Amino acid sequence: MIRLDHVSHYYGAGCNRRQVLFDVSANVAAGEIVLLTGPSGSGKSTLLTLAGALRSAQEGSMTVLETELRGASPDTLIRVRRQIGYIFQKHNPLDCLTVLQNVEVGLAARDGHDRRTALRRAAEMLEVVGLSACADRYPRQLSGGQQQRVAIARALVGRPRILLPDEPTASLDSATGGEVATRIRELARQGGCAAIVVTHDHRILQIADRVLQIEDGRLGAAGIA
Amino acid sequence: MGIWCTISPVPLAWRQLTQHHVRFAAAVMGVTFAVVLVLMQLGFRGALYASAVRLHEHLAADLVLINPQYAYLGMSKPFSQRRLYQARAHPAVASATPLSFDLAPWKNPKTGLTRAILVIGVDPAAPALELPGVTEQLYRTRLTDTLLFDADSRPEFGVRPALLQGGERFVAELAQRRVFISGAFHLGTGFAVDGNTIASRSTFQRPFPNRREGLIDVGLLRLRPGVDVDAVRAQLAAQLPKDVEVLTTAGFIAREQKYWADATPIGYVFAVGVIIGLAVGAVIVYLVLFVNVSERLPEYATLKAIGFTDRALFSVVLQQAIILAALGFTLGTLLSRGLYAVAADATHLPLNLTPTTGALVFGLTLLMCGVSGAAALRKVQAADPAEVFA
Repeated sequence: MIRLDHVSHYYGAGCNRRQVLFDVSANVAAGEIVLLTGPSGSGKSTLLTLAGALRSAQEGSMTVLETELRGASPDTLIRVRRQIGYIFQKHNPLDCLTVLQNVEVGLAARDGHDRRTALRRAAEMLEVVGLSACADRYPRQLSGGQQQRVAIARALVGRPRILLPDEPTASLDSATGGEVATRIRELARQGGCAAIVVTHDHRILQIADRVLQIEDGRLGAAGIA
Repeated sequence: MGIWCTISPVPLAWRQLTQHHVRFAAAVMGVTFAVVLVLMQLGFRGALYASAVRLHEHLAADLVLINPQYAYLGMSKPFSQRRLYQARAHPAVASATPLSFDLAPWKNPKTGLTRAILVIGVDPAAPALELPGVTEQLYRTRLTDTLLFDADSRPEFGVRPALLQGGERFVAELAQRRVFISGAFHLGTGFAVDGNTIASRSTFQRPFPNRREGLIDVGLLRLRPGVDVDAVRAQLAAQLPKDVEVLTTAGFIAREQKYWADATPIGYVFAVGVIIGLAVGAVIVYLVLFVNVSERLPEYATLKAIGFTDRALFSVVLQQAIILAALGFTLGTLLSRGLYAVAADATHLPLNLTPTTGALVFGLTLLMCGVSGAAALRKVQAADPAEVFA
């Protein structure tokens, strides 16, 4: 599902050009959960943005969902993104929409959902993350942990083929964190979804198939969870 | 699938726009102010053009003769009445009537202050004006120094329309001569004319002793039914000496309006007013939309990451621009109607909000908000979905 073949990436231009990824190669198969770890500034986020089709690859080959992303057009990137579920550290819910509508946003970009179906699925997903009672509230009325659960529901509601969570359980209590980890595992095992998870949470470690260590833009030895 | 129809029954654009009530109110008021400013400018400009040709529109003529040096109603250039007789000889001309006019000082009988009034000299036997009441009362002007007075003249002339109702003769002073008002008609004022009075041609000569007899300002030609007005105009223009110009009544009206539009700074002043109004509105709308987008940049970046296209997000901002335009136009139009009524009462000018003006201003408002929205789109374009992972 995700294949990186000698991928290098740079920021800046001219004398300010700085390499952040060095000849990275890796594969993530359908149904596989891969943990990505590494110190701050090691290139984790850049790798996630490339795997998430948020930017096109500069060097090497980057194939996501059978689509080559090196030099990919914006339209191609958008088409791929619609099949990916993101869970950002900064949740960025739409402040003017209710919790239910925020989850519905996760379906809005995808074709083939009428409003009634979208609402039903958004409500179901809120139940999964334990926020049914907050459906009509606005994000500003929620705690940080609750907002994170909204972001998780928004990412999962579209039943993505790839999941890219960045510290998905960081602000959750142990029970909710465990439920989220379970949900990610179900999605991977039953839905054939590939996941690259950036986390330091041992609960996620327990459900991971592999661990990829990245340091100074280079992938280190891979371990089995 | 667009954000408009999917997220909620109330569009995202509306929710974003109205979330901050004070800012939303300020934006609507800004557009409203711009609409009022533009409508008032266009209203006064329209009133100027309409009032400038009030007399022209009531001329009983198919063709008119004027001196080519004629500038506008308040600055006419007379020509020899012989030209009218020459034109009358054309077989298609049914009648030819002379018309004279000039400004003369009118003394307010109460305050003693003088003010220029337009004196219109007509032949009582050959009605030159198609104005209600004029034809019926024109016989009264046969008496020397007897006038008909425009009841819609400015009140500074000191003639209350109520006094003219009973048919009583009202004494006044025109160019230091005592005159009698024996009837009223309704024509109205303009930018160049504060009031009107109609006199016989002999009475007309008295306030203007230096004006040579046998000179007229406009020659009115009524053509026989069924003739080609433009063809006759062309024939007369070719036959008559070049010291007169032959125009259709519509052409005469257009010439007068062209003078006010081109030869005076007034048209320019109004145009500048319209541009300033639009510029103020555009800046306000741009600032509001820009701040709205800037504050929500992470949200826009997240939406892009989820898979929304730039076009879908642009539509949100443009919908906001359209909402502001629609609300501002509606409020501005309602407010302007009230201001038109107040201004019309104070100035006696024909301020009317026509459907054409309304459509034009709505178009301009949409354009103004659209341009501002388009400028704010650059900010949306700058939202980088990769940044949300940083």
